[in-house]
Amino acid sequence: MPIGDSIPLIGIRWDDVLFVALAATLLVSALLVVTLRDIIRCGLALIVSFASLAGIYVLLGNPLVAATQVLVYIGAISVLVLFAIMLTQTKNAPARLVFQTQTLAAAVAAAVIAVVITVAVLATTWPSAGQRLWTSTTDVAHLLFRDYVLPFEVVSVLLTAAVIGGVYLARREISGDGENR
Amino acid sequence: MSGSLDSYLVLSGLLFAIGTFGFLARRNAISMLMSIELMINAVNLTVVAFGAFVPALNTHAAVIALLVIAVAAAEATIGLALVMAIYRNRKTPLVDEYDSMSQ
Repeated sequence: MPIGDSIPLIGIRWDDVLFVALAATLLVSALLVVTLRDIIRCGLALIVSFASLAGIYVLLGNPLVAATQVLVYIGAISVLVLFAIMLTQTKNAPARLVFQTQTLAAAVAAAVIAVVITVAVLATTWPSAGQRLWTSTTDVAHLLFRDYVLPFEVVSVLLTAAVIGGVYLARREISGDGENR
Repeated sequence: MSGSLDSYLVLSGLLFAIGTFGFLARRNAISMLMSIELMINAVNLTVVAFGAFVPALNTHAAVIALLVIAVAAAEATIGLALVMAIYRNRKTPLVDEYDSMSQ
């Protein structure tokens, strides 16, 4: 059964409802990421913010990027972050201060950035911006493997180098003095 | 509201500002890396939003967003491995205790 473009009786568009809900979830979870005291909960809020951003990508008509967001961010990076949190958690860490002494200056700087970006966006008219377009995944694939094939290969080499470097940096020392685990 | 470019750009600006605050204010190195992820996500949202609303950028923006996600994955791997390496030496994840140069 089709549900139509807008909510019956009220006439608010479903797109707008979804946008407001996803944007509110995104901003609230991002604020929780930077303010919560318990860092495990920060990591879980980070997953929520990744998921709501994937929803916004769908709303923007870009299902391929949304799927990649779910696979890479929620599937891989969140797990990596949670592993790192659990490996570096000390017993007294949540009880200590979570903010630096420069928190007030940081808040002022962030507020200035937010205000400047908002004012700049609202004061600009985008001449070539039209209606929202659905991005064709077939066209993206053609472009990626034709025009962007060199950046694609460079990124694959970069990922290989990053994985090897990460293993090298994070491996345990097994030689010598026995102090290092 | 969801049909205008401005709302997406303002949303990504707010997300970027939240990430900036977290990066500058948190003491834990992993929290700082999470804030960097938030900022990368904000920039990626800007790219995808322009791609959705400007016809000439439509497919290019999707390709760029995919490449940015791949590079962000590499960055997260290296950053967290660095944090683990430092943690093994200093036994703390708090960045303001990484001050051996001042002792």
